[in-house]
Amino acid sequence: MKAIALTDNPPKRLFSTAFKDKCVHAVFFINGMLVVLLLGGIFLLLIQTSIPAFQEVSIVEFLTSTNWNPTSYVKASYGIIPMLVSTFMVTVGALAIAIPIGIGAAAYLSDVASPRVREILKPTIEMLAAVPSVVIGFLGIVFVGPLIAKFFNIYNGLNAINGSVLLAVMALPTIISISEDALSSVPYSYDQASLALGATKWQTVIRVKIPAALSGIIAACMLGMGRAIGETMTVLMATGCAPAMPEGFPFEAFLGSVRTLTSSIAIELGEVAYNTTHYYALFALGLVLFVITFVINLISDIILHNFEKVHR
Amino acid sequence: MNMKNLKQEKIAEDRGVELNQLKISVENFNFYYGAVHALKSVTMQILENTVVGIIGPSGCGKSTFLRSFNRMNDTIPSARYEGKIVVDTQNIFDKELDVVDLRRQVGMVFQKSNPFPKSIFDNVAYGLRINGIKDRNFIEQRVETSLKQSALWNEVKDRLNKSAFALSGGQQQRLCIARALAVQPEVLLLDEPASALDPIATGKIEELIHELKLKYTIVIVTHNMQQAARVSDYTAFFMLGELVEYDKTSKIFTNPAKKITEDYVTGRFG
Repeated sequence: MKAIALTDNPPKRLFSTAFKDKCVHAVFFINGMLVVLLLGGIFLLLIQTSIPAFQEVSIVEFLTSTNWNPTSYVKASYGIIPMLVSTFMVTVGALAIAIPIGIGAAAYLSDVASPRVREILKPTIEMLAAVPSVVIGFLGIVFVGPLIAKFFNIYNGLNAINGSVLLAVMALPTIISISEDALSSVPYSYDQASLALGATKWQTVIRVKIPAALSGIIAACMLGMGRAIGETMTVLMATGCAPAMPEGFPFEAFLGSVRTLTSSIAIELGEVAYNTTHYYALFALGLVLFVITFVINLISDIILHNFEKVHR
Repeated sequence: MNMKNLKQEKIAEDRGVELNQLKISVENFNFYYGAVHALKSVTMQILENTVVGIIGPSGCGKSTFLRSFNRMNDTIPSARYEGKIVVDTQNIFDKELDVVDLRRQVGMVFQKSNPFPKSIFDNVAYGLRINGIKDRNFIEQRVETSLKQSALWNEVKDRLNKSAFALSGGQQQRLCIARALAVQPEVLLLDEPASALDPIATGKIEELIHELKLKYTIVIVTHNMQQAARVSDYTAFFMLGELVEYDKTSKIFTNPAKKITEDYVTGRFG
């Protein structure tokens, strides 16, 4: 093969290298900005479509009324409190289940499991995140629901606890995976120092590693929470979806049917008349949901960022 | 007197020392990393309240040797050993021995200072708390004594609740020493404790070692031969996993028995 000299007779180019470079730069810049534009666009759309709702419904009523009944013959009412409370209940329940299990599993993976076991287990756990939510919802109806009904001796197992259990399953991969990353990134010198003082492995994990990785673990839980709040299909299928205000805290409420923000939108948007107050009010629900998840993600991002700063 | 003590007495007699002076006795100790024979039948005795310096070129096994005394090598999966290390009268490789107890008795300070991301107070109190001590007064007292022993008290007494990371490198290392002292070990292992420090901080650590010798038996690995000459009573020279020579420090540095020791301590290789 003939060697091509780089300096003699440079091949003629249609465009200069600098120009090509600029083009590539521009393409990537547009790609990056697209996501920001999409986010901003969704936000604006939600605001624009929810504003008309507030021409008939006062914001105060919307945010404080405990009655959601947009299709009433007497007087339509639009109070989001039952759904906010439901969302809150299901999410808190899910986290109460998922956080202890998640941190325990993460500690096991990072400190107890042999490298071989970890290599198999971690991807498997992450694969749990890939199970479609409708499948998990289905399991909620045919498996978890009857189990709960039997255990608490109630008629119907489609309730807040069912939703919490399923959401916990869905939040677990996120919590385990990110907590494990945080625990594994704690410098080994901490382990050594602790062990050399006569601490057991268990004491080292509880007293040194988890505190040192705390911000990463908190971020993991926040991300898991974001997942739980935004989840629709599973809770729609498993919680019974009664739009009434949950009553009789804590036991009765958790054993009763609830309806979260997400499932309300999913149920009602398909049947609502176009451009009515009800229609706009559903977008307002979406806006509330968007703000909640946005704030949670923002907070977890800030915590995670601080964590990385401390450890680098 | 049981069998173990008889044996110790014999060893003590052979070395020409009193039994109660013998703190650690290493007998035919071999150590392997997988197929690598890292320590080759090492036998040596360490007397109570002395400082033993361990010197030798990089990779000669001196850190491995040091980390055997509190079984920190246990965490390495491919590690394997033969022989005995007896602290007081107890073989530390005895199956019945709880390694947690051993590590309370044999404290360790690492090459790179490694305080926990906690306050200065909590760092020193850590060893007490994991031992189940809850009495606040007792802990406060012990923290103060330990920090005084490690000559750090005057520098930190007004900011015990500040993060340990706010301390300088030398202070952090003295904090690690205080942390090790708080559980009142009998033996203190120092793994190149001053290698990352400036000369002034190093001087403080060396002074400290002189004082600690009165209460503890100290084994120190060092890369710095002047340091070994300054702080240790006895010096062990390791090379390629073998204990080449072990004698009074003055003898090793002025009139060693072996040519290779002389070459090393005079800096002809290293």
